[in-house]
Amino acid sequence: MAEVLVYVDHVDGAVRKPTLELLTLARRVGEPVAVHLGPNAEGAAKTLGEYGAVRVLAADAPEFADYLVAPKVDALQAACESVRPAAVLVPSSAEGKEIAARLAIRAGSGIITDAVDLEAGDEGPVATQSVFAAAYTTKSRVTKGTPVITVKPNSAAPEAAPAAGAVEALAVSFSDGATGTRVTARTPRESTGRPELTEAAIVVSGGRGLNGAENFPLIEALADSLGAAVGASRAAVDAGWYPHSHQVGQTGKSVSPQLYIAAGISGAIQHRAGMQTSKTIVAINKDAEAPIFDLVDYGVVGDLFEVVPQLTEEVEARKG
Amino acid sequence: MSLRIVVCVKYVPDATGDRRFAEDLTTDRESVDGLLSELDEYAVEQALQIAEDADDAEITVLTVGPEDAKDALRKALSMGADKAVHVEDDDLHGTDVLGTSYVLAKAVEKTGYDLVVCGMASTDGTMGVLPAMLAERLGVPQVTLLSEVSVADGKVTGRRDGDTATEQLEAALPAVASVTDQSGEARYPSFKGIMAAKKKPVESLDLDDLDIEAEEVGLEGAWTAVDDAAERPARTAGTVVKDEGEGGKQLADYLAGQKFL
Ligand SMILES: Cc1cc2nc3c(=O)[nH]c(=O)nc-3n(C[C@H](O)[C@H](O)[C@H](O)COP(=O)(O)OP(=O)(O)OC[C@H]3O[C@@H](n4cnc5c(N)ncnc54)[C@H](O)[C@@H]3O)c2cc1C
Ligand SMILES: Nc1ncnc2c1ncn2[C@@H]1O[C@H](COP(=O)(O)O)[C@@H](O)[C@H]1O
Repeated sequence: MAEVLVYVDHVDGAVRKPTLELLTLARRVGEPVAVHLGPNAEGAAKTLGEYGAVRVLAADAPEFADYLVAPKVDALQAACESVRPAAVLVPSSAEGKEIAARLAIRAGSGIITDAVDLEAGDEGPVATQSVFAAAYTTKSRVTKGTPVITVKPNSAAPEAAPAAGAVEALAVSFSDGATGTRVTARTPRESTGRPELTEAAIVVSGGRGLNGAENFPLIEALADSLGAAVGASRAAVDAGWYPHSHQVGQTGKSVSPQLYIAAGISGAIQHRAGMQTSKTIVAINKDAEAPIFDLVDYGVVGDLFEVVPQLTEEVEARKG
Repeated sequence: MSLRIVVCVKYVPDATGDRRFAEDLTTDRESVDGLLSELDEYAVEQALQIAEDADDAEITVLTVGPEDAKDALRKALSMGADKAVHVEDDDLHGTDVLGTSYVLAKAVEKTGYDLVVCGMASTDGTMGVLPAMLAERLGVPQVTLLSEVSVADGKVTGRRDGDTATEQLEAALPAVASVTDQSGEARYPSFKGIMAAKKKPVESLDLDDLDIEAEEVGLEGAWTAVDDAAERPARTAGTVVKDEGEGGKQLADYLAGQKFL
């Protein structure tokens, strides 16, 4: 069976969930071979093997952390040339998309970004995408070169499928351009202790209706009662009420949880673009005409300052 | 020596209007309202600020797109850019991102540049990959997704707020940068700016001018194929209740019924 390269997204060797989803999707198209760049490949390989990686090609060098994107492209290109895969799958993070894009040019391959599903087809992998703020669903193929496809988080449920996951050294020689953009400082994002926005099964988001940073704890309390991540509309972020890293929408994160709860959010097209593919959508808004109600499975027209605390209390009570 | 800035801007269907596919499954750009992608206004704004801080700078706005894409160039000129380049050719219809990056790279080279500034993503395709591709094709550093950017001493520096960390970046010119919507509100064109824009030069280029063969671009030359585009079924109308004092409880009942509690 043909091999499929899966680019591993990890933090110091801790494999992030979207990579496990990719391994699961990759098995529909071929045998997954993981590409791990940076430290702790051995540790990561255990997880990668558990989810189906037959091999783990690993390279570590200071260049990966010290320079932006280009060194990783060199490494993925080297992996691509040695494996000659049926496809290359990369998580749809900002960096993942840039790596994939540059690889596509070097490999003379077509690229599909932000796939939400992947199937084997007669003429290669078929990717499903959700476009125009999820108003359309398209099916596309790469017609030239090795298909390079980036896949959004939460596109598949990771399924364990134990495989060897044997670590092999990947030889990389860096190109002249690899050191073009220096990373002169890096501040890791502090963990909130809550699930990652893009990976969470439940997301609770607040908007302009929150009326101030001091009221976001209402949203956090509901989120914590549900074990959810916290999101925000751009209006709330622009007002400085919540960090930009929590923005949901076209220019923020795109989420696709099992349950999305929007409180005090009107449902502008750019917000919908980032949450419309959520499985179940619930909204609380005092304006019965708010466009968000066009999307909901369940909506409450009311004052969020009444409804949200009552809901949180109920959730806590029912947990017993 | 003057700092030559090229800003890549895209003319896109209005996101608040109807967006759809044409019969050949390309984005319908003919029968819908279009405008300068809002996210590219941020690129124009940052270019203007960089130019204001430089001793001597010249900003060229560049677009690859149909006839109407001139509107996007006009808007950027009225914001303060100095001149415009419009790549327009019937054979470009249906070009995908690999092709577009190829055409833009050729046009940028022909124009001459020290810094290319792009938006973070186009509001129609929303791929956010073109700036990286452009850097790859031009063989210069990519300094992308910046929320803060400045140019001094032949270097571009900026802040990139990534998924897991915030990074400070630095690269020597020439380079390709892209800026996010966190980089600072874009200015509105002034009346004077709008009047002045009418006199600013807009150069038209076709594929011949860029030494590009028709087969290399367009729907035929595309590296990907869309086999199917289906309108997403409207979400089935849900239940909407009015809070009469029990709204939170009713919501909890619903969530329990759906097994979320
Ligand atoms: C290029 C571009 C990109 C964008 N990207 C994004 C993006 O990524 N994400 C995003 O969210 N937006 C984005 N936007 C902005 C978007 O267009 C909207 O402006 C924004 O989503 C509005 O946020 P909101 O719903 O919180 O605020 P509003 O639209 O002001 O809505 C607030 C809602 O709260 C309700 N409300 C007020 N008080 C209460 C109360 N006490 N109880 C209950 N309800 C109450 C109101 O009825 C109203 O419906 C973008 C815009 C552009 C042009
Ligand atoms: N046809 C085009 N003409 C000029 N610039 C473009 C074009 N398409 C994309 N760009 C630039 O590339 C950025 C990212 O686009 P994309 O990768 O398509 O999301 C945009 O914000 C523009 O700056």
